[in-house]
Amino acid sequence: MKNNRIAIITFFSGLLISVVSFAQQRFPRPDFESDYLVPSPLAPEPRWASMEILDVVILLIVLVLTSWLAIKKRSRRGILYLSVFALIYFGFYRNGCICSIGGIQNVTLTLFNPAYAISLTALLFFVLPLIFALFMGRVFCASACPLGAIQELVILKPISIPSPVRKVLGLIPYLYLGLSILYAATNTDFIICRYDPFIGIFRMDASFEMLILGGSFLLLGMFVARPYCRFLCPYGVLLNWMSSFSKWHLSITPSECVDCKLCAHSCPVDAINKPVIEPVSNRKDINKFILSILILPVLVLIGGYIGSKSHIYLSRANTTVSLAELMITQPELKNDPDHIDVQTFLASGKTMETLLEEAAVIRSQFYYGGWILGGFLGLAFGLIFMGKTIYRNRKDYEPDKGNCVSCGRCMDYCPVGKPDFDEIMKQIK
Amino acid sequence: MEKSPENKANKRREFIRSTARLTLAIGIGGVSGLALSKSTKEEWVWQIDPFECTQCGRCAEECVLTPSAVKCVHAFDLCGYCDLCGGYFKPGVIDLHTGAENQLCPTAAIKRDFIEEPFFEYTIDEDLCIGCGKCVKGCSAFGNGSLHLQIRHDLCLNCNQCTIARLCPSDAITRAPASKPYNFKGDFTKS
Repeated sequence: MKNNRIAIITFFSGLLISVVSFAQQRFPRPDFESDYLVPSPLAPEPRWASMEILDVVILLIVLVLTSWLAIKKRSRRGILYLSVFALIYFGFYRNGCICSIGGIQNVTLTLFNPAYAISLTALLFFVLPLIFALFMGRVFCASACPLGAIQELVILKPISIPSPVRKVLGLIPYLYLGLSILYAATNTDFIICRYDPFIGIFRMDASFEMLILGGSFLLLGMFVARPYCRFLCPYGVLLNWMSSFSKWHLSITPSECVDCKLCAHSCPVDAINKPVIEPVSNRKDINKFILSILILPVLVLIGGYIGSKSHIYLSRANTTVSLAELMITQPELKNDPDHIDVQTFLASGKTMETLLEEAAVIRSQFYYGGWILGGFLGLAFGLIFMGKTIYRNRKDYEPDKGNCVSCGRCMDYCPVGKPDFDEIMKQIK
Repeated sequence: MEKSPENKANKRREFIRSTARLTLAIGIGGVSGLALSKSTKEEWVWQIDPFECTQCGRCAEECVLTPSAVKCVHAFDLCGYCDLCGGYFKPGVIDLHTGAENQLCPTAAIKRDFIEEPFFEYTIDEDLCIGCGKCVKGCSAFGNGSLHLQIRHDLCLNCNQCTIARLCPSDAITRAPASKPYNFKGDFTKS
């Protein structure tokens, strides 16, 4: 017994010395005398091996159906059923991946990183909803997006949010979009996916913090309709641009608006514009408009400057940069055996110089990225200000095409063309 | 009627709108065209390069799934079928018996079967394996390194950005084409 023990100890200590190098065949493969067959490891197929094409087809069908339901058939009920389907299929069944919102990052990474190429499915998921928004409005938000659908279903008693508050909160998606592109372009992180509040609910498995986040979004969503869509969703920014100039769009009334005001409070996302009559040409407004054009470049420059100044802070999300920073500021961590990142770096044989060089390259990318991000935010801010100075005469109640998510609630409120139209109008009068 | 100011304004607005729509369409077309020129028909999956892996243990903790989609895989053709297995036994065991106190695996997911004198076969019960990599560390340190960690695609949700990949200290987790979803040791040599 004792001999055995000594043998084991010498055996292990001898091997410990050669640990550094991977000796592939320390022990030769045995020649079996029995008829034992050496098995090979199992290689289960990817879970969704052939389902990606089906996903694109289903997305396309849902988008076409929603467009038809919103614009031709004018059926709120149909849109609702479709959104339940999208929630079950894209959300709970397909576990929320891949989605169009996250697709922003895949497209960005493809354009900036030579080592990555986007899969055709992901590209189609990114492009299809935008094309539909350009022609039909945001039908994707109405019933193809699982994140939109889950918020749509919890709307209980939506309150109207004052326009200035909406405008200010509406800037957050621009920031989120800019940051997600910056972090994807520098191959740092996919923040949209990481901080998706609902994916934990779809997967029924999430960290505690993310469950709290998702839960609070749903609780808030009972009273502030679609909080994620309106005040966070970065893809919503792109859809908003497209939908603002869409060729066709859901209309509240099937023919002529009779100004009954019944639809005025039907919209949970405050996307119905009331009729306005403005003076034909007002000198003060024109001055404001000219001013807004003049300060646009100034805002872009200020934004860019602030962005470039914050690049050090922004770049800390990158693991290489943060490791390099850690090694410089806390050199004593080299002796901490429990610090995995530092110990792995030390064991990898990479020199400190290489690490610092890599970190410096990434940081300079963040410097230029910071300029672009800040400039973009300045531009967005300026354009929103400019939009405030432009008035357009509006005779009827109309959907605000950029912000309307085509849920179709307002259509049910419009009495025009309903069988009891005369009755309703009598009551109003 | 044709030249009324309202009609003119409407025409102008329609013109601005179609111009804007065209610009946006060109924008989408440009971005997606650029992406399309690089795109692949192939889907991507996440996989571990076993030669880069340092068995830090994060795979067990950071995966969005509990337990992790990372499991230990055994490349049998690399295995020495040792009686004293560095992946199975804790260092410094006295008797080579299969009691829990002797096993390195915290969930007893490795099955040890006698084949013939003096060889033993080690198989992983993936339902029990949590992907902690303790056995991989032992096998790489004391044996042939036939035990290695791989992402199991029947479990993996194929997140757009793998959480473990971001936190992997040796950047061992990268995207792999779906047609070649595994980097098994043995039939796979480092170039």
